[in-house]
Amino acid sequence: MNRVAIDQDRCKACRLCIGACRLNLLALGQSLNAKGYHPVEITDRARCVACAQCAAMCPEGAIAVYRGVKRTSA
Amino acid sequence: MSEQIEERAVFERTRVLTAKHTHYCPGCTHGIAHRLVAEVIDELDIQEKTIGVCPVGCAVLAYEYFDLDMQEAAHGRAPAVATGIRRVLPPDRYVFTYQGDGDLASIGMAEIVHAANRGEKITVIFINNGIYGMTGGQMAPTTLPGVKTTTSPYGRAPEECGHPIRVSELLNTLVAPRFIARGALSNPREIARAKKLIRQAFELQHTGFTFVELLSTCPTGWGLPPEKAMRWLEHNMMPFFRTGVLRAPDAMPESATPYAPDLSNDGGAAKNGAAT
Amino acid sequence: MSAQRMLMKGSEAIAEAAIRAGCRCFFGYPITPQNEIPEYMSKRLPKIGGVFVQAESEVSAVNMIYGAGGAGVRVMTSSSSPGVSLMAEGFSYLVGAEVPVVIVNIVRGGPGLGGIGPSQGDYFMMTRGFGHGDQRAVVLAPSTLQEAVDLMGLAFDLADKYRSPTLLVGDGLIGQMMEPVTFPEARLDLPEKPWATTGKPKTRERNVINSLDLAPEDLEARVERLFAKYARIEADEPRCERFMLDDNPPLCLCAYGTMARIAKSAVQRLRAEGVSVGLLRPITLWPFPASAIAQQAESARQFICVELSRGQMVEDARRAVEGRRPVDFWGRAGGVVPSVEEIVAEVRRLIRDR
Repeated sequence: MNRVAIDQDRCKACRLCIGACRLNLLALGQSLNAKGYHPVEITDRARCVACAQCAAMCPEGAIAVYRGVKRTSA
Repeated sequence: MSEQIEERAVFERTRVLTAKHTHYCPGCTHGIAHRLVAEVIDELDIQEKTIGVCPVGCAVLAYEYFDLDMQEAAHGRAPAVATGIRRVLPPDRYVFTYQGDGDLASIGMAEIVHAANRGEKITVIFINNGIYGMTGGQMAPTTLPGVKTTTSPYGRAPEECGHPIRVSELLNTLVAPRFIARGALSNPREIARAKKLIRQAFELQHTGFTFVELLSTCPTGWGLPPEKAMRWLEHNMMPFFRTGVLRAPDAMPESATPYAPDLSNDGGAAKNGAAT
Repeated sequence: MSAQRMLMKGSEAIAEAAIRAGCRCFFGYPITPQNEIPEYMSKRLPKIGGVFVQAESEVSAVNMIYGAGGAGVRVMTSSSSPGVSLMAEGFSYLVGAEVPVVIVNIVRGGPGLGGIGPSQGDYFMMTRGFGHGDQRAVVLAPSTLQEAVDLMGLAFDLADKYRSPTLLVGDGLIGQMMEPVTFPEARLDLPEKPWATTGKPKTRERNVINSLDLAPEDLEARVERLFAKYARIEADEPRCERFMLDDNPPLCLCAYGTMARIAKSAVQRLRAEGVSVGLLRPITLWPFPASAIAQQAESARQFICVELSRGQMVEDARRAVEGRRPVDFWGRAGGVVPSVEEIVAEVRRLIRDR
């Protein structure tokens, strides 16, 4: 499964990543960070295709994106 | 035999940015521009050879965010400071300035034009958001006609304030620059393009002056939510400030043709006592 | 050639002395009466692997030396009064960011566009914290070309020693006259500058050249650090020449730079005419040699400051004497250089008036 790691402390809830996600998988969460913002959360992790458009839009460098790759080992 | 799920990074924060949180307003494109510059420096593996110069303006604290040797310049003077650094350090170093539109296109117009004209081997990242952000949203030399700011409360009147300056086009009239381009930071596709322009500029830096203008937003100064500010940029700035490569080594305008006068022909001047 | 005496023009001697001091970089803008300095540099520096850039303005020039000085090399610019005025902002940044550079001001008459004659009208501008903010900088004032050569070397050394921009002030006479000079050996042992922005290797934290402190406490700490440095400079660096003062004459003239040359002749003339007088000549205008003057005030009953201005250094002299003795003033402005006879006559008048 792919993973979007959002640095909750850095996020300023500007919503640019929300608009960038073509699958509409991002939304402001309920939690409150130290800056006083509701950081973005991923709503449906299973559907994320790891396109990283959200990370490309993020002015805070708060988003990292990882692709889950199946690996066969002996 | 077992099957495991392994994670591969598609996108990670670059090590060329420090861990410091930025002071920028939510949705400010400075953060995107910083990140692109840092990513390019990372990808070119030139962190140890790069010296940055920050402006006065919203990016005045950029030295806190780039994990690089940095100098803070006086307002508008970054190209002069970069000239001093460039000329005395070994030629394998990379020197860039990062400047806003008030800094570069108003108070620092002389410095940018002459650094470009000398062909200083530096890269200039020019953030054009059409407003003075740091000082509270005043009119910039790049503010579009009719736009209201705190010092053009009735809208920028071109008959009094002139029209916005297209710096890339202005610099493109000079002979020396090697690369001039304008990108926009309005959506993921444009951002990817802008990063390519920044990378090209750094790659060409050791051949001459390189300049990348980045159309940017100021959600706070414009009074728009970040997403709407992006659309405003696309609708209103991009038709006037056209994105693209204005000049590159394989696509030079006629204005880049050097002129070499034939000094052996004195045109009779020697007889009149004029020196050649 | 190094130990040989050579006849040289002042501006060129200053430029050559800078090169001997290890300065390989010059950024500057033309202005009379100091054009021979950039011209000399533009000829010499490319031949020795140095850098000469004609800046688009003095504003740019001072910021270019900021960049180069911050990158760790010995660097200088030169200009004259109106051009130096334009460097005030940059100078303040140099002070705040503690960038060692040398700036030569070949002073001309002002205010405004003024004239191009020799003047000492920039004394206040140079010594009172040139540029905005809470600050000082060393100001050296040579009186002969040999001293100009020697002080250029000292200027670079003090700049590096204190990580501070350093000023050398002359005037059109110093710049244009010819005198025999002896140059020191070229400096090869230049100090290391681990703080310079040369590109950040993995082995150290990043270096930042900066003077911004948004938190008032941080800025105050920076100012305190600067003033601790100034206290060391004021303790260790005041320099002056005491001319015919060993017999503690009742009258002490006070003059610097070009004016001190004329004042010396006036002192000799007055001595020959039976007037017991000497001259105290500040070599550092900041730090002002206040204690030397205060000491002279133990024996001298009257001080007379003579300047190529309407009276600027006289304020420092009065401060040093602290009201114990009268400190009179006489000077010419606008580029007018008085004769020895004129000074002698004025000194006699000021003695009578007391």
